Amino acid sequence: MTDGFRRQRYLIDFSLAAMGRRKVRNLGLLAVYSLLVFVLASVMLFTHGLRQEAKRVLAESPEVILQRLVAGRQDLIPPGYLERIGRIRGVQKIQARLWGYYYDPVVKANYTFMVPEARPLAAGEIVIGPAMARERGLVAGNLISFRSYSGRLFTFKVAEVLPQASELMSADLVLLGAGDFRAFFDFPAGHYTDITLTVANPLEVRNVAAKLAAALPDARPILREEVQRTYAALFDWREGMVLTVLSGALLAFAIFAWDKASGLSAEERREIGILKAIGWESGDVLRMKFWEGGLISLAAFLLGYLAAWVHVFHLDGALFRPVLQGWAVLYPHFRLTPEVDGLQLATLFFFTVFPYTAAVLVPIWRAAITDPDAVMRA
Amino acid sequence: MIEIVDLHKAFNQGRPNEYWAIQGISLALERGQVTAFMGPSGSGKTTLLALIGCLARPTRGRIRLNGEDISGLPERFLTALRRRHFGFVFQQFNLIKGLSARDNVMLPAYPLAPPYRQLRARADALLAQFALTHRADAQVEWLSGGEQQRVAIARALINDPPILVADEPTANLDTALSREFLAILGELSRAGRTVLLSSHDPLVLESPLINRRVALRDGRVVAD
Amino acid sequence: MLFQPAIIALLLAAGLGVAALGLAAPFAWQILRDWDLASGSEKQLAMERRTYLFSALVGLVLGMQLAALLLFVFNADRMAESFVGAMCAVGSLQVNAWGFPALTAQIAVFFAASQWLLINHLDNQARDYPLVRLKYALLLVLLPLLALSFGLQLAYFEGLRSDVITSCCGSLFSGESRGISGEMAAIEPRLAMGFCFGSLALAIAALGRHALSSAPGRANGMFAGLAALLAFPAAIIGILSFLSLYIYEHPHHHCPFCLLKPEYGYLGYALYLPLFLGCAAGIGVGVLQPFCRHPSLAALVPPLAQRLAWVALLALVSFSGLAVGIIWQSRLILLEH
Repeated sequence: MTDGFRRQRYLIDFSLAAMGRRKVRNLGLLAVYSLLVFVLASVMLFTHGLRQEAKRVLAESPEVILQRLVAGRQDLIPPGYLERIGRIRGVQKIQARLWGYYYDPVVKANYTFMVPEARPLAAGEIVIGPAMARERGLVAGNLISFRSYSGRLFTFKVAEVLPQASELMSADLVLLGAGDFRAFFDFPAGHYTDITLTVANPLEVRNVAAKLAAALPDARPILREEVQRTYAALFDWREGMVLTVLSGALLAFAIFAWDKASGLSAEERREIGILKAIGWESGDVLRMKFWEGGLISLAAFLLGYLAAWVHVFHLDGALFRPVLQGWAVLYPHFRLTPEVDGLQLATLFFFTVFPYTAAVLVPIWRAAITDPDAVMRA
Repeated sequence: MIEIVDLHKAFNQGRPNEYWAIQGISLALERGQVTAFMGPSGSGKTTLLALIGCLARPTRGRIRLNGEDISGLPERFLTALRRRHFGFVFQQFNLIKGLSARDNVMLPAYPLAPPYRQLRARADALLAQFALTHRADAQVEWLSGGEQQRVAIARALINDPPILVADEPTANLDTALSREFLAILGELSRAGRTVLLSSHDPLVLESPLINRRVALRDGRVVAD
Repeated sequence: MLFQPAIIALLLAAGLGVAALGLAAPFAWQILRDWDLASGSEKQLAMERRTYLFSALVGLVLGMQLAALLLFVFNADRMAESFVGAMCAVGSLQVNAWGFPALTAQIAVFFAASQWLLINHLDNQARDYPLVRLKYALLLVLLPLLALSFGLQLAYFEGLRSDVITSCCGSLFSGESRGISGEMAAIEPRLAMGFCFGSLALAIAALGRHALSSAPGRANGMFAGLAALLAFPAAIIGILSFLSLYIYEHPHHHCPFCLLKPEYGYLGYALYLPLFLGCAAGIGVGVLQPFCRHPSLAALVPPLAQRLAWVALLALVSFSGLAVGIIWQSRLILLEH
């Protein structure tokens, strides 16, 4: 062990003892500091979880969605449209989809009615999302009635409730057969909501989109990567907004830390005076105080981050859910997948430890330069 | 071993309340002697001890320690010199509350960072020397006045300095404890340490231990 | 501007750094004007005490800039998904004209601040503060550099629009593209390898000689510093022109950032950290040499320079060793025998 290392150990030893002697004050600081880390970390973990969730969901969606526009508004895909697209190089699969929204006045929520590609459903049977099952108290085998937009009453049998795995997208989903769909919405025969294209090579996607735009001037291709970007930007923006709102709290914390560090008690001032008089140097006092700040920062960081982890991943981020999620009336009730992100940790560090250190630097230095002969003159 | 030439020290320089605590003192102090600075309060005794003990820097004039000029040194090096050469006993014992007697004794050695085992052994030896072994782990605020005084002396000796500086050491002690302090002082002096102290306590000043008495008034030497 | 936490954090760090040094500037100026060690006046004592604050402050700013450098690259990499065509950090940095200048400025701040701290460390060991004027003059130079870095970052982040189509590392660091990075990537591998390993070997030899000899000369130290200064761009060229190819095992992927990703086992950190440390320490060996002439530093410089030379030597050896290991292990064959 080198001398320098051993000296740091002595200094840490002393700062630990010194902190122990001022328990109330340091615990107060630790509590406020941890709370700040907790709030910031919760926001970051939560939005990061949402971002990942959206990414996972989108990973399964098709690369290109084609919509038809009439007067700048989305319109139905007329019969024969699919054939006009014909074959485009690089496109693996083209599929026309049927889906729409339905407002349920009972729970005041919007459902997404959709005809699944993969599983054919028997007439009169539906598969529903878990959030809706919860809201309406449904299990497989129950019957449920919806009044359609044309005023007629339709009764469906719940064949299955979708699993909870990825609820963000499937929460408000109602899957039903094509015949039921057309009957329920009075959807004209041969028409579709939109068209999806599967493209294997990501570099080809833009070419495919360009060809589609050229072949069908009234169509609008939507690329998955663009949707992804939009979601990412949306979540980033929300996170940024919340952090900006919280920057007031950050400033308050910096002022609080400054105040705590500069408002040395008479006892502490005397102690530093004694240390200086018996042979400690300004640098030693400075380092000792930095250790004190460093230990508090570390403890607060760990405590706050752990609490945020529990809050987001085990208590479902109860405090921030309404602000950050903002999806539909039916709040999806999903568990985010726990994930530690290096960038996020680094950012959090910049938001908490850096302002704290900057705020206490000058007060600490003021304390450290106490005149060594101050105790003799007192 | 310590030479002082035309020493001056000002406080609040350049301000209306400017005040010269030391106004041109020249002295030579020899190794192994016990020197007492006496004079009324405000005569500059404490300031002079602080300047000699490298606790403060003179505004003007020179101090030489073992032939080396230390008057212009930056604080960093003054501190290093102080740690090696001086041990201090203050008027209020200035122990740190909440720490044990042993921790208090070890404190001056922390910046030097000796191996812990060695440091602890040295501290325990000093505590034994002053009959404090049974109180080593007690927090200092639970010690009696005499015990606190002895802890303060042990602390001053932890880095084994050749010079001991004591500022009004008996001001807060009753007669019995003052005599005890003088006895310890005698032992240290016999062991070869140089002792510098300030006092206006007749008990100290009239003690046969004192080799030299320097009287100060208004920052100047009036009798030697 | 993109409203992202990491961006806000970076701007916060840079802004606070500029503000801190800005507040320190008048005091630095005062030291330049009024410093007089011989005086025991209270003004002089106050100035001496303020130097503790500055050391701590610049130390803090340097530490933050180093962390910010990592965060900057990290964040650029993450932002890539927001830009059309961007696959990694290069794409994000290419979104506007300020990306790469901001990165370069950040690196420059790192090296400048590390040398300042070194000079400060040396000065603090001498009894007469021989370099104090130089130090505070340099602090006044560091301030505009930091401000420039802050300005470039601000301009870069200000100009980010998520719908900009950028190029990815494939087009920037490919042999066909124009511009300095393209040129670096396009260097013939044998030539690049010779230059990179030649410079590294030169630096290692010079540093080794300095570290091992009992009385290293001033000229030798200067030479070691220059060699370390040369080794930095040489190593970067090496990473661009051939090392990246070996890591990705792909003959046209020249990106210096992708190797920071988990797909490549965070290999980049194992390369860049010793490179930055080694070059900063190595340059320091050279920077210290002129101070030998100062009487109070003559005895202090050689041991410090030797310690630095050791640090630089070990760091550069580990960088080179890793680089050789990568080439050895790689399944890509660039040079035909």
